[in-house]
Amino acid sequence: MTPVESLGLHGLAWHDVLQLAGHFALLSLLAVGGAITLASEMQRYLVVEHGWIDALQFNASIAIAQAAPGPNILFVALMGWSVAGPAGMLATMAGIVVPSSIVTFVVGRMRHARRDALAVQAFSVGLAPLTIGLLVATGWVLALPLVQRPLAMLLVAATVVFMLKTSRSPLWMIALGAAVGALGGA
Amino acid sequence: MSAATDPAPDSGGEAPPRVPRSKTELFVAFTWLALQGFGGVLPVAQRELVERQRWLSREQFVELLSLSQVLPGPNVVNLSLMFGDRHFGWRGALAAVAGMLGAPLLIVLALAALYVQFSAVPQVAGALRGMGAVASGLILSTAFKLAPTLKRNAMGLWPCVLIALASALAIGWLRWPLVWVVLVLGLGGFAWAWHRLSMQRRPSS
Repeated sequence: MTPVESLGLHGLAWHDVLQLAGHFALLSLLAVGGAITLASEMQRYLVVEHGWIDALQFNASIAIAQAAPGPNILFVALMGWSVAGPAGMLATMAGIVVPSSIVTFVVGRMRHARRDALAVQAFSVGLAPLTIGLLVATGWVLALPLVQRPLAMLLVAATVVFMLKTSRSPLWMIALGAAVGALGGA
Repeated sequence: MSAATDPAPDSGGEAPPRVPRSKTELFVAFTWLALQGFGGVLPVAQRELVERQRWLSREQFVELLSLSQVLPGPNVVNLSLMFGDRHFGWRGALAAVAGMLGAPLLIVLALAALYVQFSAVPQVAGALRGMGAVASGLILSTAFKLAPTLKRNAMGLWPCVLIALASALAIGWLRWPLVWVVLVLGLGGFAWAWHRLSMQRRPSS
């Protein structure tokens, strides 16, 4: 695809773009524990259900966003762009940011939104295991296209050990992953 | 009640020594903060807002962060939004969020455009695959780091393990839509946690 072609809708219709925005808006309200917990659901929606992008394109969005500075949520912008160009990016970013921001804005202004309110506590206590389960699902879904490649799976395992055993920046592992991959290893 | 004109909340121990002077200062500070955040912005946010700018005391930061985490949506966006709102109302919220997302968005798009140009080069495709493997490991390690906190969860260990396993399998393996999984397991967890917490709060007679 040329740069000019990538500015179009990539073959999607406008109602697809609206549907995309609507789905991400729904996900926005379900994003407890950060947007990355939703990546496996986004993969199901974009790759499995609609086939708008393939699994490796999906992984590339997350990998590029993690290697760049700024909030990890920007992987959502890249996904939108690879699905339907700038319009797709607007759809996914506005979808994922606006509904949750309205909730946050309203709750942030309410004086009784305190940490010790029973509902707030029950919410964070009750959703903690779900958040962890969703993280495992996301890690699993990202590793899935790579299971045929032993070195890539070794990189997954090495990253887990590196993060649990050292306090160094994850950028070291991202650089190592890029190097191993570029040399044809992964 | 206007959150914009309220003085900084004094609930969190010592008051912060400084306040942002303008929406521009807010925007610039959050842009600078976001651009330093490789692989996660939260540690940088703590250093910038609490230690360098001294706009928040440590207690206020923790309070803002825990509220950001409980609310839906990206945590750092929620945190920027509430901080901006406390100082300059909705315009401040917009300034902080725009600072947090604007410049990083341009950088990430430039990187993605480069990737599209060179994705046919096997080394570039390989490098992205390798980084994807690392991304998977980073997310799994976050899950493993958080897992021990379930031992102290008020719901009890086994309900937690059950919910975590069920959600991982339903989403990652069976690929069920998230909405139903969250409605069933999330509401179930919420109700059970509510029950357990209100039992704990009741004075034991």
